[in-house]
Amino acid sequence: MSRGQNILRGVVLTVGALVFLFPFYYMVIGSLQATPDPTVAGAFPNPANLTLDNYGDINSRINLLQGLLNSGIFTGGVILCTVIFGVLVGYALAQLQWRGRGVTFALALLVQVVPFQLLMIPLYVMIARDYGLADNYLGMILPFAINSTAVIIFRQYFLQIPKELFDAARIDGAGELRILRRIALPLVRPALLTVVLLTFIGPWNEFLWPFLITKEASLQPLAVSLANYLSNVAATAANPFGAVLAGACVLAGPAVVLFILFQRHFVSNNIGSGVKG
Amino acid sequence: MSQSTASRTAAGRSTTPPGGGPRRSKRPLLGKNPFGLLLSAPYLVFVLAVFAYPLVFAFWMSFHDYFFAAPGADVDRPFVGLDNFREVLADPAIIRSFGNVGIFLLINVPLTVILSLVLATALNKAVRFRTFLRVAYYVPYVTASVAVVGVWIFLFSGNGLVNQILGPLAPDPAWLINEDWAMPTIAIFVTWKGLGFFILLYLAALQNVSEELYEAASTDGAGKIRSFFSVTVPGVRPATVLVLLLSTVTGANLFTEPYLLTGGGGPNGASSSPVLMMYQRGIEQGSPDTAAAIGVILVIGVLILAFIQRKLAGGDET
Repeated sequence: MSRGQNILRGVVLTVGALVFLFPFYYMVIGSLQATPDPTVAGAFPNPANLTLDNYGDINSRINLLQGLLNSGIFTGGVILCTVIFGVLVGYALAQLQWRGRGVTFALALLVQVVPFQLLMIPLYVMIARDYGLADNYLGMILPFAINSTAVIIFRQYFLQIPKELFDAARIDGAGELRILRRIALPLVRPALLTVVLLTFIGPWNEFLWPFLITKEASLQPLAVSLANYLSNVAATAANPFGAVLAGACVLAGPAVVLFILFQRHFVSNNIGSGVKG
Repeated sequence: MSQSTASRTAAGRSTTPPGGGPRRSKRPLLGKNPFGLLLSAPYLVFVLAVFAYPLVFAFWMSFHDYFFAAPGADVDRPFVGLDNFREVLADPAIIRSFGNVGIFLLINVPLTVILSLVLATALNKAVRFRTFLRVAYYVPYVTASVAVVGVWIFLFSGNGLVNQILGPLAPDPAWLINEDWAMPTIAIFVTWKGLGFFILLYLAALQNVSEELYEAASTDGAGKIRSFFSVTVPGVRPATVLVLLLSTVTGANLFTEPYLLTGGGGPNGASSSPVLMMYQRGIEQGSPDTAAAIGVILVIGVLILAFIQRKLAGGDET
């Protein structure tokens, strides 16, 4: 391999990484500026212009802690349902023979290309109007409850476990429930973190659905309350950009930190298999 | 290693046909292991309640005079044939939103495919800083649109950093309030935001391209560029079909970005999207039937696009 090509690749990758990361850097800088400085010099930290006031400002308009808590409950509920029910389906799809297995697997693939937006209006009618679940955590969680990509990752994972392991237990007289509890569930642990990370992104960042069904500010996830602030009241703040960017840092923070900490569990092979089936 | 185990179990399984074919008459009604059906029941109920039923409901709604009524109230919702669709197609604002999403897809989809494949190929061979680079690429993907939208408004505003750097080249009015630039700016934002995920898909696909093919290509005297086009591109074709499909579906679902970046599809409807119109007509103005008709047209459009893409990309396998 020639030296020139190595350098070219390095340049492409570095420029790419800068383009990807710069807005985040700028987000942090902007959230710390006392007065917004859109000039080129403003992209570098200036000690005379640094302050934490924006965080206080945004917190007085929207309750950041309550927003984080709501996002946490929404996301936690989805992750919990996905992990519990996803493991069961994944195991059944990979290791058991039952009528309807092929159809169920096809459904899990198909569901991923159904545009949520077509379902938005009927779901809104059903959940908000018929079941009266507007302004309710349950109504928020319901449409996302079981992540189908997670189901497929679990299936893929269980496929890698030799069938003989389960057959041996059956010959020894273990019941299906016992096999599930004693053999299948303990084995799935390595796949759990990947599924949790993947499932986390959806509800934590989701805007449209919680925006539609939560009108009460105290129940809104942070993404919704920040968006409302952005589109309605930002103009009245002393430093609207600073306040919005401070809120953005609080919203982005948990997701970014989580993915940096556990990045090796979010690797191409797992995700690729999840989507390819 | 894990690959071989997977194929072994797959081979072992093929001796008993899945799904219960009529090949063996002794087979129990629910298959050898009905326990599997029990384990899958919650998921199946979920799919029926949250996907299948609303899907049918959406189609039904688009052919009826549907309106919001108090829960439990018994109201007449007559069948109106294609009236809702006529109303949609006669509305210039809605037609414009479909045109906008067309412009969006023309920019977003090719850009996504090319950039993610090039970056994934470069990343695949990189040795140094590999982890750092990979994290850098997927950070935008894992971050909420709502959070990064704030930065983009700041960057692309009238006297924002982008215009400061461009100086006299900057468009006037600024990007997001300029009728010609609003949609392309949104398309670039969405490309940037989603690229990390597609890079991951391509990275996975690149692991399956045999090293021998590259060696054969270089023995035949092909350079790096040549082998990229004659080995890499055909090698990752199934992934390309998938990336095309997923980016088209995501693009057709565009809502959050125009809602926040351009204050709800401005200027003058230049960046409105069909889903934004569904929200305005369906929820804000209380005509869910019109919104459902927009949704049905949108899905039919996506299906046609997906079909054309499959033909062009020539992918039989997904």
